[in-house]
Amino acid sequence: MELLTASNIIFFILAAAIILFGILTVTSKKVLRAATSLFFVLFCIAGLYLQMNYQFLAAVQLSVYAGGIVVLFVFAILLIKNLGEETEQLCGAKRALGIITALTGLVISLITIYKYGFHTDSDRCNDIAAIIDMNEIGQTLMGTEKFQYILPFEAASVLLLACIVGSIVIAQNHKEEKK
Amino acid sequence: MSIPVEYYLIVSTLLFFIGVYGFVVRKNLISILMSIELMLNAVSINFVAFNRFVYPEHLEGYMYSLFVIVVAAAETAVAISIIINVYRKMKNIDTKSINELKN
Repeated sequence: MELLTASNIIFFILAAAIILFGILTVTSKKVLRAATSLFFVLFCIAGLYLQMNYQFLAAVQLSVYAGGIVVLFVFAILLIKNLGEETEQLCGAKRALGIITALTGLVISLITIYKYGFHTDSDRCNDIAAIIDMNEIGQTLMGTEKFQYILPFEAASVLLLACIVGSIVIAQNHKEEKK
Repeated sequence: MSIPVEYYLIVSTLLFFIGVYGFVVRKNLISILMSIELMLNAVSINFVAFNRFVYPEHLEGYMYSLFVIVVAAAETAVAISIIINVYRKMKNIDTKSINELKN
């Protein structure tokens, strides 16, 4: 039971960074700084996926989240006047309520995880070294049999189209049409 | 020996409840959206860890977190366009001051 191998140390560093930057995301007063911390959280989560040998998922996480969503956040923050420098005041009662809610849920969940006792037998854990090739991912994504996912894939394409049209309609400037 | 699955679950639980705290406490809409992103990411860490350590033969949790990423991208784009529209109408995105439907 050697716990301090190199990959385990990397896991602990990634976990500490996720928690640290997560806390910074929800507590920092300036919203732009919170967005930067969110970027680091997403980056470290991609690192966790790499540790589990899911390279494709890590690449998707980096390109969609870190490359797309965070940039969208930063643009929105910069478009909205004074939000970048704004410092928001938090009243004590609301903060106490948030802490109580979060801590209650956290304690319940941690007790449940501790008591459940997951059985991960060593034969299967040895499979962890195996890298899933791209071919298998493609077959799973496009196949029609059991454990294959073409229906959600097609539904996602319709969802993305609806999302593009919807955000154009919502965000366009209606004043110019009335003139 | 590799990291047991519980460690991943502990990390994702902590991240999820950090997100819950932010969702309850923060006041402007963009920060609330960021907290939702934290929660979504915690959930997808859970899916991936269960897939890797409990059922490595199939790719179910993997596909779930892939679709979670897709839906989160779509949701964020629409939500940010709504926020920009709200800002354009009311010059403010604080949750306290957006109460037009109350009167």
